[in-house]
Amino acid sequence: MFVINCPYCGERDQTEFSCHGEAHIARPDNPAEVCDEEWGEYLFFRNNPKGIHFERWTHDHGCRRWFNVMRDTVSDKIIKTYKMGDQKPGVTDV
Amino acid sequence: MKYSFYNLVRNSFSYHENWEKAWSSPELKPEYDVIIVGGGGHGLGTAYYLAKEFGVKNIAVLEKGWIGGGNTGRNTTIIRSNYLWDESAALYNHAVNLWEGLSSELNFNVMFSQRGLFHLAHSVHDMQEITRRGYSNYLNGIDAEILNQEQVAKKIPHMNMHGRYPVLGALLQRRAGTARHDAVAWGYARAAENLGVDIIQNCEVKGIDISNGKVVGLQTTKGSVKVDKVGLVPAGHSSVLADMAGFTLPINSVPLQALVSEPIKPILDCVIMSNSVHVYVSQSDKGELVVGAGSDAYNSYSQRGSFDMIEHMMAPLVELFPIFSRLKMLRSWGGIVDVTPDRSPIIGKTPVKDLFINCGWGTGGFKATPGSAHVFAETVSKGEPNDIAAPFSLDRHYSGALVDEAAAAAVAH
Repeated sequence: MFVINCPYCGERDQTEFSCHGEAHIARPDNPAEVCDEEWGEYLFFRNNPKGIHFERWTHDHGCRRWFNVMRDTVSDKIIKTYKMGDQKPGVTDV
Repeated sequence: MKYSFYNLVRNSFSYHENWEKAWSSPELKPEYDVIIVGGGGHGLGTAYYLAKEFGVKNIAVLEKGWIGGGNTGRNTTIIRSNYLWDESAALYNHAVNLWEGLSSELNFNVMFSQRGLFHLAHSVHDMQEITRRGYSNYLNGIDAEILNQEQVAKKIPHMNMHGRYPVLGALLQRRAGTARHDAVAWGYARAAENLGVDIIQNCEVKGIDISNGKVVGLQTTKGSVKVDKVGLVPAGHSSVLADMAGFTLPINSVPLQALVSEPIKPILDCVIMSNSVHVYVSQSDKGELVVGAGSDAYNSYSQRGSFDMIEHMMAPLVELFPIFSRLKMLRSWGGIVDVTPDRSPIIGKTPVKDLFINCGWGTGGFKATPGSAHVFAETVSKGEPNDIAAPFSLDRHYSGALVDEAAAAAVAH
């Protein structure tokens, strides 16, 4: 089980949170104009790395706000949590 | 050596010390016609059907650990085919048809036990869902019986019908049941090797060689190997292998846990599944209750689920069966399951020529093992998927023709 450092509330138990998949996926600016391949990529295709993963979590049973987590999917170790809108950290930043 | 009563008696004279090994450990040859990456049930089965039905001679199965040590040996062994959509019904029922003859086909007892599976309904909506699915099953030639509360209570007398989420009815598939998961891997391995397939264990693929858009070889921990066609049949590492070949998949890899209780006398002669309170349970022939439930929502390759999921599994179990509340749970373990957006597998071609993939079985791949292996063997040998496999192509994520079993059953399975 993780202890997750909510950027708004501080350290809380994982059971207060839920994970909602890969972060930093930009919706195409002009959905009506993109082809099926691009739209499919945006909707369904994910990085799913064995290693550093950037993902979205919400603090459901706390502040109910969304934030991003940088986590190692091999060890499940959380490397960094940061607010929505903050720049994606580089691997060398932490 | 054929497993038979005659050979059992014959070997008893030498105190059963002279049985030959079920499969050997050959060296990796420098070249193969077909290599299957992944030595679980699906991969070994693919190699078996390629050799037996599609006349491929020079085949290897590469397994990074030991055969059946991945999700084949980690699941809760449930087999059923009562899926809602026609595409899934065709695929999973093809598997059940093969399951029924598998022990004699492989000359290996996979302990397939058609003990029946009850899908519980706890609300009006659940009753509507199982009724709709039951009728859909009828139309697809899959056995289904829609039972009311009284009928369920009679069949499973020690189940609590009037808990917080009362049991109102169930969808029963009598042809569903369980099988011994290890035996499936062992049976396919032995049968495949008898047909000349090389099973290479402890051989991890580290790179995929591609020339002019066609797969030409593999880099492995036991050296490089040339190959004409490759079938990727991973569980838990689909995206890692796809990454080596330069494409991405619509897959997230998440942990799924299961656990078993201490062995007790026979008490449950069927499989119970509840999507609404979310638990599934059966009793193994050893007497242990085998219990599973939902997967974690976060991506992980750790083969370890979160602790709170265990409580989420136990709470509905004890609610349904108060009689189990004092049982001790002996073991729990996790596997990594590759989940697709529509909870249906991906079978077919990839952007790389002669590189085929069979993955994304999510939380319910074991039940499909023979069917999946059979249709994938045909896909690899002919270069095109057959009618059963075609709807499960990678392309459906572009066309939008998803086989949406996630919505159909309201649960990952």
